[in-house]
Amino acid sequence: MDVLPYLVAGWVFLAGCYGLATSRNLIHAVGCLSVCQAGTYVLLLAVGYRDGGTAPVFSDLKPGTRPVVDPVVQALALTDVVVGATVTALLLALVVQVAKRHGTVDPDELGELRG
Amino acid sequence: MHHLIPLLVAVPLLGAGLLVAGGRRLPRPAAETVACAVSGGTAALALVLLLNSSPPMVEWVGGWRPVDGFSVGIVVLGDGPGLGMAALASLLTLAALVYSWHYFDEPPRRHAGSFPALMLLFQAGMCGFAIAGDLFNAFVYFELMSVVAYALTGYRIDEPRAVQGALTFAVVNSLGAYALLMGIGLLYGRTGELAMTRIGRALDAHGAPDALVLAAFVLVLTGLLVKSAAVPFHFWLPDAHAVAPTPVCMLLSGVMVELGVYGVWRVYGTVFAGPGGVPAPDAQRALLVLGALTAAVGAVMCWYQRHIKRLLAYSTVAHTGLFLVGIGVLKPEADDGTALYVLGHAGVKAALFALAGILLDRYGSLDEHVLHGRARALKGVAAMFALAALGLAGLPPFGTALGKAVTEEAVGGPFTALYVAVSAVTAGAVLRVAARVFLGLGPKPRESAAYETTGSGERPETRQRLTRVPDTMTAVPAVLLAAAVAAGAAPGFAGVVADAVNTAGSGGVRVAVHWTRAGVLLGLLSALLATGLAALAVTRPALLSAPDRALPLRRLQSGHVGDYVAWLLVGAAVLGALALPGVLGG
Repeated sequence: MDVLPYLVAGWVFLAGCYGLATSRNLIHAVGCLSVCQAGTYVLLLAVGYRDGGTAPVFSDLKPGTRPVVDPVVQALALTDVVVGATVTALLLALVVQVAKRHGTVDPDELGELRG
Repeated sequence: MHHLIPLLVAVPLLGAGLLVAGGRRLPRPAAETVACAVSGGTAALALVLLLNSSPPMVEWVGGWRPVDGFSVGIVVLGDGPGLGMAALASLLTLAALVYSWHYFDEPPRRHAGSFPALMLLFQAGMCGFAIAGDLFNAFVYFELMSVVAYALTGYRIDEPRAVQGALTFAVVNSLGAYALLMGIGLLYGRTGELAMTRIGRALDAHGAPDALVLAAFVLVLTGLLVKSAAVPFHFWLPDAHAVAPTPVCMLLSGVMVELGVYGVWRVYGTVFAGPGGVPAPDAQRALLVLGALTAAVGAVMCWYQRHIKRLLAYSTVAHTGLFLVGIGVLKPEADDGTALYVLGHAGVKAALFALAGILLDRYGSLDEHVLHGRARALKGVAAMFALAALGLAGLPPFGTALGKAVTEEAVGGPFTALYVAVSAVTAGAVLRVAARVFLGLGPKPRESAAYETTGSGERPETRQRLTRVPDTMTAVPAVLLAAAVAAGAAPGFAGVVADAVNTAGSGGVRVAVHWTRAGVLLGLLSALLATGLAALAVTRPALLSAPDRALPLRRLQSGHVGDYVAWLLVGAAVLGALALPGVLGG
């Protein structure tokens, strides 16, 4: 088993987390969240990869003639992309509202909810 | 009968679609009637299915059954706990819709369908999560209910606090969801299955647990514990609950957070409980440590709040900790008790939020100090508020009391003391609010420049301040309280709940659940302690609420989303460390 893709997935996820934790701009933070999610795509695709496999499309391929990658994880990754698009759109809309109501997108300056 | 289970998701989704499509043309009463009918119909369906859920049903959606032991279909479960949570979510959605009937002021004036449609989507997400039998669909519904919850929390987009709270909620929960998905990916990589029972069996066939199983366990539990607001994943909850509209708070605190606990119970029991999963002592250690910590932190923070909704939010954190301890001891009796506790708590907590909403709409504030003595006129609301506080403490015959008593006996030892103390402190804080706000007892608290969120400056959710409280807004908490009492007092109800829980989990061990003398006495003790604490706090404010004592703890709740993300990572690391020894030894 090749562990490199798994390490990459973990690295991308943690890099996104680091960005989120240290972010000084909410738009940047939303971007970092998408980076975290990119880590999940890499992991899912790595899980489904087969050596020498091709796309699981059987229109021009006789089943059983050559290995294909796992179509289930590809379906999962697609669903994940849809979920991610929804979350990012909603988050960016909220950031726009934060910018309008607070006059800043720096999380350090949002101090109303605490204690 | 089992073919009807997917309708629990499909019906509210369809209703939401209709309301979004036709909302511009519908007058407001029509949109609200449609929403109530849809959510009520779904609740009725869930109850009918629940009554027929013995033996448990399984449905492969669209007839995609497993072939030669391999499955690619979507499986939904129709067992007692799943359908019970779906029924609870549906009934609370109905209650929240009735509560907001005609009075809740909605920003998009020309689209009457938007708020009810979002509520129905939320209901669909919660029902879907409750009945999901495979992990990926659990993730999808987890995300669906989360996204709708973010939108509902930030529904009043003109409010600076609302958008900030919603953003924090969204970032932390989405990150948790991605951790959950990573864990699911790892489990799929190991087993090639997504249905929970099949993953569990495949893990057992693979042999003793290794680092991959531990990583998957930590990632999946991180996602679910973020949703159930366990310390240190809990920071989003007070920020979100304090700013969400009242009907939404009822759902968030009453059932969504508990769905996280339900998810932990379900996933541990079906996926990780076998010999190939995480050994019982390690899972026990992880859940008990985090649960006890959550209960203690929630109770202390609850005591120091003056923003009423925030206070109730911390009480939810504290009670979630108790639920986690309940499922963490891995005993069938404790599971039964926790199920009853969740049901009773849902009624009591939703009622408390509804009553707090009345205060907001009538007096334009949620601040305990500002409202001091101002709500003397609301006699009925005051009585219900105090009664709900006692229910929170676990005064027999509330359902909370029975659930707490059963769990207390099962967990035993120091945890029993934790249950009594936490329920007494949280209920004491609520009773203190009741005594100050409704009776004007004690001196008016002095203003201090403390590190805290005040409840002033909140805008009423109705178009103008209420001069008289509408009947729907008082009837809903009354019914919820009556239901919470019925959960404990109705003969036979506890036995039915216990049977349903034991059939689905606990390895088929059946235990009887009933009131015992010790349980009643412990419940009375909690209620008495709560009353005593409240009396002491009101008469001698300096003694118990010196603002500096909990300051280090309060400073952690900084309102900064980056801090919360860092805590999430710390929590995941702690979870891994707590579960590590068994995997090393195995």
